[in-house]
Amino acid sequence: MTELTQQEQANMDDASQQYLTFIMASEEYGVDILSVQEIRGWEATTVIPNSPSHVKGVINLRGTIVPIIDLRQRFGIETLEYGATTVVIVVKVAISDEHKVIGIVVDAVSDVFSVNDADVRDAPDFGDDTNLSFIKGLTNAADKMVILLDINMLLGSEILPEASQLSNLINNIDAPQPQAVNA
Amino acid sequence: MEIDLSQFSQVFFEESLEGLESMESELLKLDVNEPEDESINTIFRAAHSIKGGSATFGFSQVANYTHLLETLLDEIRDGRRQMTSEHQDMLLLSVDLLRNMIDALMRKTDFDDPLLSQLEKRFTAELEGAAEGAQVDDATQADAEQTPDEQLWHIDFQAGIDILRCGNDPLLMFTELRQLGELTVKLAEANYPDFADIDPEACYLSWNLELITDQKIERLKEVFEWVEDECTIHYSSSVIDTPEMKEPQGTSESPQSTPVPESTPASTSASNSLPAETMKPKVVSQAKSPEGGSIRVSIEKIDLLINMVGELVITQAMLGQIGQQDVIDEESLLSMKQGLEQLASHTRDLQESVMQIRMLPISFAFNRFPRLVRDIGQQLGKKVDLILNGEDTELDKTVMEKIVDPMVHLVRNSLDHGLETPEIRVSKGKPETGSITLNAFHQGGNIIIEIIDDGAGLDTDRILQKAKEKGLVAEEEELTTEAIHQLIFKAGFSTADAVSDLSGRGVGMDVVRRNINELNGTIELKSTQDKGSRFTIRLPLTLAILDGQLVRIGHHTYVVPLVSIHESLQVEPQRINRISENNELVRLRDEYLPVIKVFQEFDHEADAIEIKDGLVMVVDSNNEKVGLLVDELLSQQQVVIKSLEDNYSKVPGVSGATILGDGTVALIIDISGLVSLAGITNTNEHAA
Repeated sequence: MTELTQQEQANMDDASQQYLTFIMASEEYGVDILSVQEIRGWEATTVIPNSPSHVKGVINLRGTIVPIIDLRQRFGIETLEYGATTVVIVVKVAISDEHKVIGIVVDAVSDVFSVNDADVRDAPDFGDDTNLSFIKGLTNAADKMVILLDINMLLGSEILPEASQLSNLINNIDAPQPQAVNA
Repeated sequence: MEIDLSQFSQVFFEESLEGLESMESELLKLDVNEPEDESINTIFRAAHSIKGGSATFGFSQVANYTHLLETLLDEIRDGRRQMTSEHQDMLLLSVDLLRNMIDALMRKTDFDDPLLSQLEKRFTAELEGAAEGAQVDDATQADAEQTPDEQLWHIDFQAGIDILRCGNDPLLMFTELRQLGELTVKLAEANYPDFADIDPEACYLSWNLELITDQKIERLKEVFEWVEDECTIHYSSSVIDTPEMKEPQGTSESPQSTPVPESTPASTSASNSLPAETMKPKVVSQAKSPEGGSIRVSIEKIDLLINMVGELVITQAMLGQIGQQDVIDEESLLSMKQGLEQLASHTRDLQESVMQIRMLPISFAFNRFPRLVRDIGQQLGKKVDLILNGEDTELDKTVMEKIVDPMVHLVRNSLDHGLETPEIRVSKGKPETGSITLNAFHQGGNIIIEIIDDGAGLDTDRILQKAKEKGLVAEEEELTTEAIHQLIFKAGFSTADAVSDLSGRGVGMDVVRRNINELNGTIELKSTQDKGSRFTIRLPLTLAILDGQLVRIGHHTYVVPLVSIHESLQVEPQRINRISENNELVRLRDEYLPVIKVFQEFDHEADAIEIKDGLVMVVDSNNEKVGLLVDELLSQQQVVIKSLEDNYSKVPGVSGATILGDGTVALIIDISGLVSLAGITNTNEHAA
């Protein structure tokens, strides 16, 4: 278990927010750091019968039962063997006024960025009905594109795009990036 | 100093409701012709506390109304009025009314019920009728309030230094003042001399008196006539706006910002116990969260806990000492083992005692029934005796709260459908008065609640006919009496010919059963025609801890509630009957049990795919037996139930989770959930 190191950024604007970023299939995603409760290593879970495949099971987090969700599977990306670097980010989400603690399995934790709200661009509209409400927006951090996730929508919404659809999307987000920056 | 009273109001609500409860139960116990002083006093005290509290919090509607009650009760208490059954009825109605009023206050809504003014009128009429008798000698506070043109007098009374030496006692004067009205005596700041200079015979004191009275100032001056010259006495007065409320003393005692009229009626009360009671909210409330509900715990239980924690600390210290040693030799290993054993036993004791705190005697639930039975009995014109047994049986608070409604339903049913009218009873040769018995007792880790009536019993023909009409049973089907009785637990079933406001809406026994099953409990019914019916509810004592049997299915560990397990056995192949692809029955003695392959329902890999390879655990599901196929039985242990729904969602077939000794999570199997998951219809076939 690694303790979260708070980046020392004294000159933070009011309009800026800190994001914890993590890597998944060479893509970098960011979640609001205030929703992150802790970061743990992967440990064996207790499987919940008849649960969707992305729900890996539950663990005992100091006496509370916490479900673990594989984000790769949720996004329909090919799964990896869980290894030494596989981490679980424990987040606190508000799902219809209820606070739930959920662990998400990601490839690796990357960095902590301070992102000014003005620098966040809306997620591109793909024109179809795909529900992208779980993407808060895109931003550039250290010359890399980061997809900022709205963790509440991501874990709260029952209707997520089909896994395959979503993986296409994520690849698409990557593709038009240079144009978007120039525009 | 400003005090935000609203933080205490929750305590007031709780206390008031408790007070109303005790009022109600005393009223019901009361023999109108020969009321016991003690019960009248209890009722009076409850009314008085509510009045005091409500006035303090500015709930004038409640205060004004309880004042009427109090006045009446006071007259009865003093023997100036004979208690009648009409009074009893009025007071009972008032209990309901007050309950609604307090409920409205809790929800912060306006209370508007024509019953209020009706009852108010009845009380006023009643009270005025006896006005002559009431105003005789010692005018009590209640009477004093009633008289119009009351004034509040502030009297600053500084006793002369020689007052005692002259043989005048201020106490006597205050006693005399009290005869005139409601009196508050407060010691004023005084200039005491240094201790060395104190003259023991001198009086250095002065008082601020507040008196509510309809008497003229001349009458007040009369009291101090003898001491006027040597003492400084200052009179001032103000008129009270609302004659029914004794309002102003409170304002001067502890200035409060709330605009509503306030009073601290307890301060002047004649009874010594009352001030303490009205003060109580302020003491209790500190640890109180406004919404969470509270529980009263006897000091005894807390002392027990403290003792145990003490033991625990000693054990910890002992183990700590061993831990500090660099080398652990055989001797210290031995004492470490001992220490760990002690620790285990202390932990268990502690756990039990903590659970005990949540336990309340079931009388909390039983208490509402005398009233219910009385009212409904009257309404239906049936004569009923209610017998309560085992009121001290303790039960978890949460379980209690959830079992009350089903119990109310069952008792209503017994009254409405079960018991016959007196005429019919007589014609059947039964005593005219029917009886309903509520029993509660412990049995194993369960509490058993029985609801027994000596009424007509279930009419099996009618039930069967009704069930056929509703298509719950096929026309030609033959059912045992037992099976017919079970029909009343089916959804949408009601035999009442007319829908009354008591029962017969068709939402009934199925809901009762569902509620009880949700508590991991069961309900059974025994009924004999013309002899009566007996409902037996079996509930776990607590919802927090469960005796569980750990079972292994593949590499998964599950917990099965021990209470629902009958037996576990290996089944020989010849006793397995395959009905269809996924439907197998096991013959056990004279019964055929459906077997659920748990690994299939839960989509797990398992060692035992066939019934003959594994173990069949015979469990209870809604009073029917089913078999669960598992790989292996592991240990039995008490498990602490944790919610899966807190952070996840409800899982079919799983009632919760627990944490095992090694820190991993095990899921608890919900048998009835598993049964419906497996799609097994719950009809037990008896071997011919």
